Amino acid sequence: MSVLVVAEHENGQLKAETAKVINAALKVAEGVDVLVAGYNVDDVVQSAANIAGVTKVRVVDNALFEYQLAENTADLIVEIAGGYTHILASASTTGKNTLPRVAALLDVSQISEVIDVIDSETFKRPIYAGNAIATVKSNEAKKVITVRASAFESQSEQSACEVEILSLALDNTLSSFVSVEQTESERPELNVAPVVISGGRGMQNGENFALLNGIADKLGAAIGASRAAVDAGFVPNDMQVGQTGKIVAPDLYIAVGISGAIQHLAGMKDSKVIVAINKDPDAPVFQVADYGLVADLFDVLPELESAL
Amino acid sequence: MKVLVPIKRVIDYNVKARVKPDNTDVDLTNVKMAMNPFCEIAVEEAIRLKEAGTATEVIAVSIGDKACQEQLRTALALGADKAIHIQTDAKLESLHVAKLLAKLVDEHQPELVILGKQSIDSDNNQTGQMLAALTRRSQGTFASKMVIDGGKALVTREVDGGLQTLSLLLPAVVTTDLRLNEPRYASLPNIMKAKRKPLEVIEADTLGVNLTPRIELLKVEEPSKRQAGVIVDSVEELVSKLRNEAKVIS
Ligand SMILES: Cc1cc2nc3c(=O)[nH]c(=O)nc-3n(C[C@H](O)[C@H](O)[C@H](O)COP(=O)(O)OP(=O)(O)OC[C@H]3O[C@@H](n4cnc5c(N)ncnc54)[C@H](O)[C@@H]3O)c2cc1C
Repeated sequence: MSVLVVAEHENGQLKAETAKVINAALKVAEGVDVLVAGYNVDDVVQSAANIAGVTKVRVVDNALFEYQLAENTADLIVEIAGGYTHILASASTTGKNTLPRVAALLDVSQISEVIDVIDSETFKRPIYAGNAIATVKSNEAKKVITVRASAFESQSEQSACEVEILSLALDNTLSSFVSVEQTESERPELNVAPVVISGGRGMQNGENFALLNGIADKLGAAIGASRAAVDAGFVPNDMQVGQTGKIVAPDLYIAVGISGAIQHLAGMKDSKVIVAINKDPDAPVFQVADYGLVADLFDVLPELESAL
Repeated sequence: MKVLVPIKRVIDYNVKARVKPDNTDVDLTNVKMAMNPFCEIAVEEAIRLKEAGTATEVIAVSIGDKACQEQLRTALALGADKAIHIQTDAKLESLHVAKLLAKLVDEHQPELVILGKQSIDSDNNQTGQMLAALTRRSQGTFASKMVIDGGKALVTREVDGGLQTLSLLLPAVVTTDLRLNEPRYASLPNIMKAKRKPLEVIEADTLGVNLTPRIELLKVEEPSKRQAGVIVDSVEELVSKLRNEAKVIS
């Protein structure tokens, strides 16, 4: 088996989920190659070379790949795909954007959101909002796979492995970058944070989300939200946890003013410990919660902050 | 400008899927089915383009057995001009669907194809990107805003770090995210009118696409169940449990 993992990076930094994808990849091979495609990616390359299990980091550092747009990034991956039996990327918005394009160009059926690796051709993945787990076997000569990072452990470090610089200047004539609105936050990223506290429609407005800040500070938590809270404009889209948002599996997940719709549960029910705070004792979220507190969130959030 | 909108018939989003006792698949007998919610958003966007005078024709297409004509009629009632049903009983993978759609794109040459970003049954999130690859088109996935201007589509995408705006050269493939629009409901008169709109049926096997499965479904299981939890009486009790029992806070 020879495996290529596409590195996930942003703003010149390797994302923590890459190590988890590498962890998944190491279940089919003893060592993996990592592709870093981007612009000014020295730090990313360094971090990738230090992840245990990486044999070689292959680097394309070129302004043409600054925004990692799908069209030429897919062409690039296809260009170097030849020697590999498996191509893996995180099921992040970047991976989801690019990898199916790669798969189609290679004439391969992709397997999305893998949560378990049985052997080199057999994988588990959630379907129907996680209400069923499918075991699938790929008959493709090349496997193209996105990995649900939250389902895998991270990797330890190693001394830096070999780095290979590739000069592949592939232009993107189809699309171009215009602008980005990045959500600035000092908090850990949702999908790797050890604690997540999320607010729902019960928060009533965006200002009230500040009630979660002090608690998040004390717990080192990331702050998430339900779709209803995002749709209502309380918080930005990148905070949505769920089937069609971010999938999280922290040690502790605290759902505040969230009813527990199937689609929300799909994004958090693999958390180790779940706490639900809701004033409705019949809210479905209590069916998955380890600890439920039936109360008005406006009463108990300040209390919780001072109790921590 | 012609717009093609592929739509999928799926389990209704309010229904919780159940696994068959023999673990071969999910049980869909007598389960309420509906248009995939992201496809509804795609239909709505296409119709808004038509109402704005940007689109001249909206063609809805669905691939599957006869039952998916119900969702095509819904698309017609919502305002699509015509519908195409690619008929097959085969269980298709996203790649097969993308290949069949690519045939229609070749034939009809739509400037824009709008699809849902994912279907809520297979949760694959692949078809739009694959179609873009096969037809060598630009792609704008997870769109929360789209503006057509000259030969370009300005698409704002919901990405993990926030929002990213791209300029796509037309013809393009765009996939919808939840915030793109709020789909309308079909009115009764429009439902009646939809019955007279054209619905063409094409047998999938006449399109020259190899539909042999590439991925075998070996088993479908229930996810592991969570243990029933406890209701605590106070914040104090909650914090004490988290600290001493669950040991997830210090
Ligand atoms: C295609 C599709 C995809 C979707 N994807 C997602 C997804 O990825 N993520 C997601 O979250 N949802 C998703 N949804 C939406 C989902 O179905 C629900 O509508 C949504 O999760 C509800 O959000 P909520 O729990 O915040 O709101 P509600 O269901 O309105 O619940 C609000 C809760 O707050 C409680 N509450 C109100 N006031 C207080 C108070 N003062 N104190 C304590 N409790 C209070 C109420 O009792 C209630 O239980 C999706 C839906 C569709 C159709």
